[in-house]
Amino acid sequence: MKCRPLFLTAALLLGACLLLTGCHNPAPLPFRLTNVTGHMPPLEFSLTDDQGKTVSAADYKGKVVLLYFGYTHCPDVCPLTMAHLHVVMQRLGKLADGARILFVSVDPGRDTPEVLHAYVNAFDPRAVGLTGKPRDIEALVKRYRSAFTREPAGKDGNYEVSHSSAIYVFDRDGQPRVLSTPADSQDDLVHDLHLLLSSGAQP
Amino acid sequence: MKTLATFSLLAGLLLSGAVHATAAEHVRASHAWIRVLPGNLPAGAYVTLENDGDQAVALSSASSKTYAQVMLHQSSTQGGMSRMTMVDSLTVPAHGKAVLAPAGYHLMLMQAAAPVKPGDTVRVLLKFSDGSTLHADFIARPANALNAGDEGATKP
Repeated sequence: MKCRPLFLTAALLLGACLLLTGCHNPAPLPFRLTNVTGHMPPLEFSLTDDQGKTVSAADYKGKVVLLYFGYTHCPDVCPLTMAHLHVVMQRLGKLADGARILFVSVDPGRDTPEVLHAYVNAFDPRAVGLTGKPRDIEALVKRYRSAFTREPAGKDGNYEVSHSSAIYVFDRDGQPRVLSTPADSQDDLVHDLHLLLSSGAQP
Repeated sequence: MKTLATFSLLAGLLLSGAVHATAAEHVRASHAWIRVLPGNLPAGAYVTLENDGDQAVALSSASSKTYAQVMLHQSSTQGGMSRMTMVDSLTVPAHGKAVLAPAGYHLMLMQAAAPVKPGDTVRVLLKFSDGSTLHADFIARPANALNAGDEGATKP
């Protein structure tokens, strides 16, 4: 049989490709949310977590990442999003242990690791707060074509930040897979996370 | 602004003695709750206001002894961006209601005099444009709550 070794080689190549982290085309999955596979760069950053440790995307390899930009002085939309994500994690049951919510502060001046630590833990044990140099945060924001602007400070020195409301979901290899917006249903996010958490290399 | 407020307050007082009831007398507050965040972070407060009167009323401001500052705000999402804006007043239509709920109208409570914990009750004074006021008790809920906790089925 001449074709057998060829088939084997192909299978081996495919297997090797799946094992390699840098593979450009992750296996297609029947997502319900906006599929951004291949349309955004892989997760990459260098920031400080809510324990004060310097972390990068490599620290979250093996985890499905939900990336959200917000700030703690936002009393309405940010906590609502985080509360929704907590419900999503609860609905995933044990699978949720394979996921991390990364809450990236776009207000690093006020959001120290200590403030962020208390904040994210008020929502979900699988949430991590990230802060850092304004430059590094801006780089991450730009990387995902996200945006935020700071409104001029009021007379009490307080200011408001408008920010992107999307949640960026990355697979265990740090590849961007889906985008969830407030208009999307929670069921769809649970569905897509289920797909991602049930597939790919386990940590 | 101050003279106008005083005038409307006086007008309100004068009118209340006559046939017209004040705005506050026609308004009922329900599902009042606060999302408590750790530390001294600003908190969002939500309430449903129902007006059984024949005239629309307008919520113009609010205050509380528990917080140094209370502001009426509105969150909105446009083009994938979330933002918050200050609002001068919120109309409660005649025989209708106005809902202050997450991702929409809310009161922003700032600088608590003492830490507020889930389960606490915080009294908020709602002020209407005719100068009348209404006390409402807001229940403090955990950061990851989604509602007042009195709606049963929707609780996580």
